[in-house]
Amino acid sequence: MDTLDLARWQFGITTVYHFLFVPITIGMSALVAGLQTAWVRTGNEHYLRATKFWGKLFLINFTMGVVTGIVQEFQFGMNWSAYSRFVGDIFGAPLAIEGLLAFFMESTFLGLWIFGWDRLPQRVHLATIWLASIGTMLSAYFILAANSWMQHPVGYQVNQAAGRAELKSIGQVFTNSTTLVTFPHTISACFLTAGAVLLAVSAWHLKRHNQPEVFRPGLKLGAWVVLISAVAVFVSGDAQARVMTEQQPMKMAAAEALWDDSAPASFSIFTVGTLNGDADVFSVRIPNVLSLLATGTPDGNVEGINNLQRAYERKYGPGDYKPNIPVAYWSFRLMIGFGGLAALVALAALWSTRGGRTPRNRWLWLAGVIAIGLPLAANSFGWIFTEMGRQPWTVFGVFKTAQSVSPSVSTGDAAISLIVLTVLYGILAVVEVGLFVKYARAGAPEIPPDSDDESPDRPLAFAY
Amino acid sequence: MELTTVWFALIAVLWAGYFLLEGFDFGVGILLPVLGRDNRERRLLINTIGPVWDGNEVWLLVAGGATFAAFPEWYATLFSGFYLPLLIILVALIVRGVAFEYRGKRDDERWRRRWDRCIFAGSLIPAVLWGVAFGNIIRGVRLDEHHEYAGTFFDLLNPYALAGGLTTLTLFVLHGAVFLALKTDGETRERAGALAARLAPAAIGVAGGFLAWTAIAHRDGVGLALFVAAAFCLGGAAVATRARREGWAFLATGATLVLAVFGLFVTLFPDVMPSTIAAANSLTVHNASSTPYTLKVMTWVAVCFTPIVLLYQGWTYWVFRKRLSVEKIPA
Ligand code: HDD
Ligand code: HEM
Ligand code: HEM
Repeated sequence: MDTLDLARWQFGITTVYHFLFVPITIGMSALVAGLQTAWVRTGNEHYLRATKFWGKLFLINFTMGVVTGIVQEFQFGMNWSAYSRFVGDIFGAPLAIEGLLAFFMESTFLGLWIFGWDRLPQRVHLATIWLASIGTMLSAYFILAANSWMQHPVGYQVNQAAGRAELKSIGQVFTNSTTLVTFPHTISACFLTAGAVLLAVSAWHLKRHNQPEVFRPGLKLGAWVVLISAVAVFVSGDAQARVMTEQQPMKMAAAEALWDDSAPASFSIFTVGTLNGDADVFSVRIPNVLSLLATGTPDGNVEGINNLQRAYERKYGPGDYKPNIPVAYWSFRLMIGFGGLAALVALAALWSTRGGRTPRNRWLWLAGVIAIGLPLAANSFGWIFTEMGRQPWTVFGVFKTAQSVSPSVSTGDAAISLIVLTVLYGILAVVEVGLFVKYARAGAPEIPPDSDDESPDRPLAFAY
Repeated sequence: MELTTVWFALIAVLWAGYFLLEGFDFGVGILLPVLGRDNRERRLLINTIGPVWDGNEVWLLVAGGATFAAFPEWYATLFSGFYLPLLIILVALIVRGVAFEYRGKRDDERWRRRWDRCIFAGSLIPAVLWGVAFGNIIRGVRLDEHHEYAGTFFDLLNPYALAGGLTTLTLFVLHGAVFLALKTDGETRERAGALAARLAPAAIGVAGGFLAWTAIAHRDGVGLALFVAAAFCLGGAAVATRARREGWAFLATGATLVLAVFGLFVTLFPDVMPSTIAAANSLTVHNASSTPYTLKVMTWVAVCFTPIVLLYQGWTYWVFRKRLSVEKIPA
């Protein structure tokens, strides 16, 4: 392996890992804020208990999101210095704006929320969690704008003399059509993930008849959030597929392992075979669906890999412009499949609670608990598809991955970094899952009777 | 003023803010085994920075992001060049952040001990390495004609840079002790104050030596003036700690850090990373910067949003202004 391979592995591992925590943070901050709002408006103590319980799980997760984000911020400079030099004029701006607008907001207001239960008036305290939640969404917007620019560069010009891409219109970068479809898709996926967390933990407790007053509503809330988000993910994903076909037709062709142009094109659900362009051994296909997904009409023409490869050679010079086809093909399916499974579990959970019922079926509980992993897997495959499907480019059509890597970093240093971060992340995963399970099992806290201790020396409501 | 100069100044401000704020976080972490005699007292120390450490750390993230946006060449050279030290810093910051949040999440003495060690090491290592990094930036490193770092890891461990590391370490520890004296009550406050008073002369020796070394090597008039002002504030801090004027002492150590960072940046200007191979290879505010358009956009963003950030961060410190004592730590 050379520095390039190591840098790619590191980026893939650290970013996918970061994105295990990110969606839970984004989704759960809003759900916890909603529960706290319900408590403030109704005074119903169950809502307060729910806020505290889910809030604690949310914080255990948030910590990991923060510390893994630090690596992300610096890794462009460390491993991808040639890339950073080339795109910094454009790409640095959203990153810096993200820090100034979003990270300050998230971290400051979350600090206020965690420690502020007894220091802030009730409504001000409620506002802090909402502001933190808005901060996470802003953060998502700006980083996705940066990423979308790599998928579909706009508002720039390459300055050959200076050897870099230069920003011409920040407005175009922030209203990039790719950003506008990616943002809703990613945010809905985040809510789907958070909903699944609620569903899974609630299912575990209901199986043991623990605190049904907190966990039956928790199950229903989680299931509804999953279902509604699944619809949103589907609609936005469909829009995204069309934008993608237009901007990166090779990615769509790879996602289908479609070697030759085809009109109308069928969608293959799965294939047994080599995906290398020889005849499929066995393949289950739905007619016309790919045409619909890619072009919006049932018999639209979808370009195939071979044709696109020839066209790209004419345009960009000789080279291999195909991403890894099996990875693109399978990651696309697994994203949709795992998300769809989560939606089915949610549907079953809702059905079983209809009309005040509390279900008894063992399989349902098991499926409910497993549901936590489904959206996490779907998210990871979504990103793997997006990023690996873009190869061999880092900035599509402009700058290649092979040109991006730091020339001054030795293979040894890159290997040390990859190993150290992977091992560290592995250890932290064990610690965090352990704590998450411990606090999930502990159940919702009882609310102590209002203490009338108003003396300045009373103990803190919360301390590390 | 040219926008490149404005952005150079803004990045100096971000680093100064980072040292001012996370400086005492590091100090508290390093003093944890010294001042925290039992679990309850260690919790007290950690809780003085509990609500704010994450917000303080964002100053670093924004300094990194702003460097990427305004001086991409600097960002690329600096972080790919200082590869291993930066990796060590990142690992330290990760471990420390997790330790703050997870330490109290299990009622188990061994568990807590382990995280306490993480907090200590995770504070100590960056406190030294940021100084080493700045020492090397000021001193200059081996940059080739493509602005790529051509030195080795061990080139970074030269005497001047190590003196820089010792300087940030002592200043942060002093700043942390002063902060604890300001934020705690009872016996902890006493001991933190006494420790600060004992540390101050050492800090004057170490930091004074490093700044004098810098001033002599670079002979920059404005830089010298700022260093003198920093030294003056540090002297003031020594006096204030002796007199147990905690508020004044904190202002003085804070001002020392800010003035010293400004002095270093002024000394550096207009270079951002001088090359020791050939002056023509040096990165400067001109050859490292983004286009005027990007700088203009970023200036508008900074002008509009920085005041808001300062307001709410300031408000946080106001909300949590009360002193803490062991009695207030819930059992
Ligand atoms: C769609 C959302 C999303 C995506 C694609 C990314 N992040 Fe992230 N990031 C977040 C959404 C987020 C967040 C929700 O805002 C986090 C997660 C947990 C948290 O504390 O904030 C966060 C935390 C976080 C932090 C710590 C912030 C703090 O201290 O409060 C940094 C420095 C980054 N991220 C940087 C990055 C970079 C450079 C990325 C690209 C490679 C990246 N993130 C991908
Ligand atoms: C959190 C969600 C993300 C995930 C899970 C993700 C995943 C990945 C993966 C798996 C790779 C490796 C692809 C390969 O080498 O074949 C990669 C590469 C890369 N991604 Fe992402 N990515 C995410 C977000 C981003 C964002 C937001 C950016 C930019 C702002 C970005 C920029 C890059 C860069 C620069 C590379 C390295 C070059 C390359 O190998 O393509 N990624 N990412
Ligand atoms: C029918 C359902 C879905 C469709 C049609 C769909 C479509 C897409 C497409 C086309 C992309 C690639 C965008 C690009 O590379 O430009 C994508 C990416 C992604 N998908 Fe999906 N998706 C679906 C379901 C899901 C589900 C269920 C999840 C997670 C719960 C999910 C999470 C993601 C994520 C995280 C990305 C990467 C970020 C992005 O580019 O937006 N998707 N999806």
